[in-house]
Amino acid sequence: MRIAGRGFNRCAPLVTFTFDGQSYTGRAGDTLAAALLANDVRHVARSFKYHRPRGMLTAGSEEPNALVTVGYGAAQDPNIRATTLEIYDGLTARSQNAWPSLKHDAMAVNDLLSPFLSAGFYYKTFMWPKSFWEKLYEPIIRHAAGLGALSGETNQDTYEKAFAHCDVLIIGAGPAGIMAALTVARAGADVILADEGMAGGGRLLSETYDVNGRPCEKWAADQLTTLSNMENVRIMTRTTVTGAYDQGTFAALENIVLGNPEAPKECFWRIASQRSILCAGALERPIAFPNNDRPGIMLASAVRAYLNRWGVAPGQTVTIFANNDDAHRTALDLIDAGVTVAGVIDSRAGALALGDYPMFAGGQVIATKGRLGLSTITVLDCNGTHDIQTDCLAMSGGWNPTVHLTCHMNARPTWSEDILSFVPIDGAIPKMLVAGAARGVFSTLGCLAEGIAVANNTLRELGLIESQIDIPTAENSTYHIEPLWQVDGKGRKWLDFQNDVHVKDIVLAVQENFRTVEHMKRYTTQGMATDQGKNSNVVALAVLADATGCGIPETGTTTFRPPYVPVAIAAMGAGSQGHGFAPERHTTSHKATLDRGAPMMEARLWYRPSYFPKPGETTWLETCNREVAMVRNHVGICDVSTLGKIDIQGPDAGAFLDFIYCNTFSTLRENRVRYGLMLREDGHVMDDGTTARLGLNNYIMTTTTVAAGQVMTHLEWVSQALRPDLLVRFASVTEQWAQFAVAGPKSRDLLNSVLDTTIDDENWPFMSCGSIDVAGVQGRLFRISFSGEHAYEIAVPSRFGASLFRLLTAQAEAMDGGLYGMEALNVLRIEKGFITHGEIHGRVTANDIGFGRMVNQKKDCIGNAMSQRLGLLDINREQLVGLKPVEKTGRLTAGAHLFIEGEAAVSENDQGYVTSVCYSPTFGHDLALAFLKDGLKRHGNRVLLVDHLRDVQTWCEVCHPVFLDQKGELSRG
Amino acid sequence: MRLPCPLCGDRDRREFYYQGHALMLERPLRDAGDAAWDNYLHNRDNPAGETRDLWHHEAGCGAWIVVTRNTVTHEVLDAILVEKARV
Ligand SMILES: [Zn+2]
Repeated sequence: MRIAGRGFNRCAPLVTFTFDGQSYTGRAGDTLAAALLANDVRHVARSFKYHRPRGMLTAGSEEPNALVTVGYGAAQDPNIRATTLEIYDGLTARSQNAWPSLKHDAMAVNDLLSPFLSAGFYYKTFMWPKSFWEKLYEPIIRHAAGLGALSGETNQDTYEKAFAHCDVLIIGAGPAGIMAALTVARAGADVILADEGMAGGGRLLSETYDVNGRPCEKWAADQLTTLSNMENVRIMTRTTVTGAYDQGTFAALENIVLGNPEAPKECFWRIASQRSILCAGALERPIAFPNNDRPGIMLASAVRAYLNRWGVAPGQTVTIFANNDDAHRTALDLIDAGVTVAGVIDSRAGALALGDYPMFAGGQVIATKGRLGLSTITVLDCNGTHDIQTDCLAMSGGWNPTVHLTCHMNARPTWSEDILSFVPIDGAIPKMLVAGAARGVFSTLGCLAEGIAVANNTLRELGLIESQIDIPTAENSTYHIEPLWQVDGKGRKWLDFQNDVHVKDIVLAVQENFRTVEHMKRYTTQGMATDQGKNSNVVALAVLADATGCGIPETGTTTFRPPYVPVAIAAMGAGSQGHGFAPERHTTSHKATLDRGAPMMEARLWYRPSYFPKPGETTWLETCNREVAMVRNHVGICDVSTLGKIDIQGPDAGAFLDFIYCNTFSTLRENRVRYGLMLREDGHVMDDGTTARLGLNNYIMTTTTVAAGQVMTHLEWVSQALRPDLLVRFASVTEQWAQFAVAGPKSRDLLNSVLDTTIDDENWPFMSCGSIDVAGVQGRLFRISFSGEHAYEIAVPSRFGASLFRLLTAQAEAMDGGLYGMEALNVLRIEKGFITHGEIHGRVTANDIGFGRMVNQKKDCIGNAMSQRLGLLDINREQLVGLKPVEKTGRLTAGAHLFIEGEAAVSENDQGYVTSVCYSPTFGHDLALAFLKDGLKRHGNRVLLVDHLRDVQTWCEVCHPVFLDQKGELSRG
Repeated sequence: MRLPCPLCGDRDRREFYYQGHALMLERPLRDAGDAAWDNYLHNRDNPAGETRDLWHHEAGCGAWIVVTRNTVTHEVLDAILVEKARV
């Protein structure tokens, strides 16, 4: 029910939304909870396990009951707290966990079965037989119990992530946070003030007292305006700091205003701060009395918030049940608004009424009635029992400081007898100070004063000058509380409303010897729901302490872990879907390649063409075979820019390379290229490639595409950590040069048709390199071959890459040649026995691949010492061999294993494995590279290739891994 | 987690590549023997407390640094370039 003339958003425009299909009107600035209560809707949910009717318990992010689903289909968002969801035009919200309807929920039968469904029920009942769990019990339980559901469709909503840095992060913009922000901001520090609410102010937005002679909510708004006008202050509203991490890093979740389809839904922030001040306030806790979970029973502070902030009375006749002074404010505010207060039940025998309302000092609520909402309570006091008609009971068991963030790095809070709750210890989070209610200071004046004092301590730590700021005048009442955790009486006394845990469950846990707090939590699921027991944990601990006979301080708390509120995985991984999953690296020929219809394959982040289909070609293999023959007979062009290129310069460049590679490069002549093999320090092969000497002190190294980053990191390591004595510098120039392979018998002729000066075999022998000009552009030419043919690689600065690619393609096509892709490149290199990372996969040595003699024993180099380990020289190791099918049609498969005739194809008899396979159009059958035990000596033997996964068995002949032109006459010729 | 790169200042952990203990700086001589090399490559303590380990500012300036930090409290005590950390 809306109270005329009340509420800070009373002049806001009207907003239309629906809940469970019914249309309602609210005001801009309402939460869904406030708007529903304004429309007298108080039953909004069914509980998790027993399907009991539930309403709003709180008015904030700690809400355990009022969870709803927003939207439909792919955009369906479950478990949204109605108490924080701002309404907007077109909002469609639905209740959850009820069928066929919220009012008539078939599963409410669970509540009648509750004596059989107590804590530990699942563990005891569904133990046996094992297979029943997956097939029968779990599906039934999942259907019966639960919160909202996902649609199962891919979420199309956008989320964002962002980073922020500041000197001081202030968490919470209540009275303490506002004063802390003013204090540090005036000293010139760079400040972020984050608050989970739609506006800063904290409790000041829900109370009616004055600060500095102004209504407190207006005072807060004034200060926030002042702060927002300061250049060194960023105010982040709707932003919940969810976790505290190492070195002043915090995670925060920003809710973007909903209803705007253009805007992202949420933004996940990482905030790096020099110092932080926690002003997170406190959360009110319930009292465990029988049937304390009916819609209409809520926290006293929530009733005050709905009344003062949104002008909504959650009931027509309100009663209050408390053990402290603070709750009496609720009665005063209600009376001031003209709402009937039917009684304040204060468990403290000596409690006095602070206004004109019926007072039940020393009283307790021992029973409640009302099936879908509260109608009557029964009060017991020294005069006996009284039934009171009431549709809203405001309860307060006291306040718990919001210590959660202070526990995220393993600190435990300590018990305070003054406030009967836990308070944070000093230094719980490095470089964080705590102020205000989060530290157990509950008066407004106390919070304002602490905000200033703690902020000045922070300024001192930062070496800045303290700010002189007057403490505003404000209420300074003392907080009186006496313990009241649970009330005797018949019926279940609920603790964790979201997980349906009640007092008896805790007692049962203790009976079953789950006595420590962490055991009790797991046995009962207390505090394990999405609200993480923000309201209920302390009461549950008190009940546990009572049941075990240990005190509350000895019982201690469970561990608070991030995130403070639920965070969608979509927000944490924002941007990392689809094309955002990984960056894409494109070569200069990318567009021309796509234009020719080439399917792309990924090589790390690079995109490379698989093959270039011609009209009439129907399979990749048909195209691949044509491209292989084209290179062998004519000429082919292939973009090889993705290979890593590292420019190495300096007087010690040669010595550096001698230390990096297992073979020698200082002796390489200028304008010559050499194949190099790089080991890891443990003696295994890291990478291979060619390195060219461009000048006396200048080399250009090529790495494989996939290992380019790893090799660069390795060079940095060796240069900085192991050989800082060497005068050498290097830089990756992979992106700076476009490089194309020109391969085949007509490659020299093709180049001579495009180069400004022609080349010949005498001046450009195999493994030579040097400068060339092409259409006036200076480039580099390397006479190297990865196909076994007479071949070159030509490189130009990247900005000329696309046009050179077009030129080479056109010339090649005029000579019966053309483009070839990765499939053909792979066939060409397997026919020649050239290795890739399929072979040098991290567990092979230079010996294993037949390059043992390359490891120069006259010098030290990375991996040299360990490559001589006995185990790595063992002749029984697997060595690189070639495989040919005995029958021409025999199929070879990569990943298959090799066995000896007559032995079972099991791992004990394993002789080796296949690393690379292709169909060779040159030979007319499959070829494979493989590792075989003692393989060098087994050329000519027969082995059985077995692929259990693809159900293939093929007899193979072991042979030399170089199938074509073993002497290398083609590439030299 | 943030690390203080001696060249770039405080940077997010994600900019760095982690290598392992700073023992890797003390490379044995080539003929130091199998035991020395085995220790160098494979054997590491797993201290609860202070440790020195190697990080590469891969997505930054490219510096290899030695970070002194506490594995229990996660406190970062010091970070220096590897060139200055060599004995
Ligand atoms: Zn750096």
